[in-house]
Amino acid sequence: MRIELVKRPQQSALYSALSPFIALALTLIAGAIMFSLLGKNPLDALYYYFVDPLREMWSLHELAIKAAPLILIAVGLSICFLSNNWNIGAEGQFIIGAITGSILPVMYPDLQSWIILPLMLIMGVIGGAAYGFIPALLKTRFNTNEILTSLMLVYVAQLFLDWLVRGPWRNPQGMNFPETRNFHQYAILPEIWPSMGRANWGFVFALVAALVAWFMLSRMLKGFEVKVLGQSPRAGRFGGFSASRMVIFAFLVSGGLAGLAGISEVSGAIGQLRPTISPGYGFAAIIVAFLGRLNPLGIIAAGLVLALSYLGGEAAQISIGVSDKVVRAFQGMLLFFVLGCDTLIHYRVRFVGSTAHKAEVSHGNA
Amino acid sequence: MVKTKDYENARKYAGNSGKRITSMKKTILSLAVAAAALSLGTMSAEAKVKACWIYVGPIGDFGYSYQHHQGLLEVQKELGDQVETAYLESVPEGADAERAIERFARSGCNIIFTTSFGFMDATNKVAGKFPEVKFEHATGYKREHPNVATYNSKFHEGRYVQGVIAAKMSKTGVAGYIASFPIPEVVLGINAFMLGAQTVNPDFKVKVVWANTWFDAGKEADAAKALIDQGVDIITQHTDSTAPMQVATERGIKAFGQATDMIKFGPQTQLTAIVDDWGPYYVKRVKAVIDGTWEQHDVWDGMKEGNVVMAPYTNMPDDVKKLAEETEAKIKSGEFNPYTGPITKQDGTEWLKPGEVADNGTLLGLNFYVKGVDDKLPQ
Repeated sequence: MRIELVKRPQQSALYSALSPFIALALTLIAGAIMFSLLGKNPLDALYYYFVDPLREMWSLHELAIKAAPLILIAVGLSICFLSNNWNIGAEGQFIIGAITGSILPVMYPDLQSWIILPLMLIMGVIGGAAYGFIPALLKTRFNTNEILTSLMLVYVAQLFLDWLVRGPWRNPQGMNFPETRNFHQYAILPEIWPSMGRANWGFVFALVAALVAWFMLSRMLKGFEVKVLGQSPRAGRFGGFSASRMVIFAFLVSGGLAGLAGISEVSGAIGQLRPTISPGYGFAAIIVAFLGRLNPLGIIAAGLVLALSYLGGEAAQISIGVSDKVVRAFQGMLLFFVLGCDTLIHYRVRFVGSTAHKAEVSHGNA
Repeated sequence: MVKTKDYENARKYAGNSGKRITSMKKTILSLAVAAAALSLGTMSAEAKVKACWIYVGPIGDFGYSYQHHQGLLEVQKELGDQVETAYLESVPEGADAERAIERFARSGCNIIFTTSFGFMDATNKVAGKFPEVKFEHATGYKREHPNVATYNSKFHEGRYVQGVIAAKMSKTGVAGYIASFPIPEVVLGINAFMLGAQTVNPDFKVKVVWANTWFDAGKEADAAKALIDQGVDIITQHTDSTAPMQVATERGIKAFGQATDMIKFGPQTQLTAIVDDWGPYYVKRVKAVIDGTWEQHDVWDGMKEGNVVMAPYTNMPDDVKKLAEETEAKIKSGEFNPYTGPITKQDGTEWLKPGEVADNGTLLGLNFYVKGVDDKLPQ
């Protein structure tokens, strides 16, 4: 017997809209089962996971800190994915953005003026975009697979950062430990509301980026171009759109936003460069982009949900003593159910006996 | 996990505060802080001291974080009802560390141990916000507030003993060293290993592979294989997984365990292991909080204080075992410091004159090799 996925002639608009919520609900149910198997009260566990981190102001600020890079990166990725460009290297663009943005406070610490921070942010965007430009150029010029090139460039970026903070950029007063000097006061991204918590302006950047991207995708010709070229390159060509320019556009935008996320994280939440500056934001943002249905407004919500799962994981670890692995299991289940729901909305499952059918069969998924 | 009454109250206060205006919140918060301070002053049986740990790796690494967790378990055993414990494992260094530490400070911890170098700035930042809470940071050097202490262990004392054993046991005269990151602590270990080996065989060689990770079984195994292929017949590691020990077993050579006694992963392979025993220190410091005698300090203990312990000497002839035990005893009694001159740097210049002992400041920032190490220090 075989299992086939058959495309549905019509897709339910209702279920399409509900899909992320169904996925979320299924994740909660599966999570509750997982907690019971671990011998914990599932209601307690889910409470600590999803409610406890929302009860205190400082914790909401922490949520914003965690969500900001996820949203910024995912918004850029949504433009890439919608235009059928598979940028898997946002993590590397994040790191390079953080590095180029840190040039001024690390190499010229004596330059102290209000102009430093805006310059750092701009240089971060340029660095991330330039790094994203590499796989785009390779794709348009040599027809390489951007999934591979962008992914491999992540490792290059990580090792480059590692070399910098151990070598030329190492803090001269830092007892030879691998980190740069601490940024001076003009190089620190300010907190939005210091008396309440430590969330910085990175979160505002994320919201603005999402709104601008939403406007572009839904109201501007460029957004139409993104979607047409993504769904049907042939139709796009008839429309006079250039597929290779779109590749470059998508990678520049997503690289730039990842770079902005990188420099915001470093100058806001960390305050210096260290060997690792991201716990995998560039990859987690892929989940966020799909959970948000590649819609920038949806991505804001999705980013907050995923950030909550990190914070909740900690709260649950402290309060009921479950392992930190549960966080990753949760995130995995979430992505699994999102993709599963999307697939089942577009396709239906058919069990085929040993006598094979010839039908419209798809081996792909959403 | 049993919650104390104070803890519950503090949670309630904090929970309400988010909904109110700032001034109200401040009043309530200061009340909560005052209540916490009061309870600290009049510690009774029902208000336990809460001790909390933050680990950089998983407690199941059977290495560094595992060993800190053993310290936590010892605190539970020794202090029993007087103490409540909690821990967070696999906390990434960076923006997440600060949140994790702050969460602990807010959840009623009285003393927080942050057990990795990368938590240094985060520890100091949070300590500034919570003057009532004691912070203990392992392997760092910043103490920006009176409630931050630092502690470390002289693991390199054990490396010296390993070096002596390696030079005695090796047939090829070359040992392999799987190193994590080129920070002073690791460089100290490599040099001490080399110095120990040179007392037996002045031409002994050490090959170093930088794994650039504290815990990655795959990379560590690859490093071990690469070293064995280059002709080393003894392996030592400054990374935390048991993979190198297992590879050494497969290939039939000898190895040293790291951070914890790894004998069950290489019963025919392990010569000895440097065991980090944090238990006595943790018990002492938590007890100081209970007694109200906690004070800021900066300690760097070693074999003498019981922080660095050698696992039983196994899989070696009696004369080697005897030499190892003598070396260990010499260091343990304080009679001998592995960093005693004459010591020449790798580039041939003199570092320590005969009889001269390196001061702790230099050692804590060490970034050069001694003569004989077959590697270029990445910098």
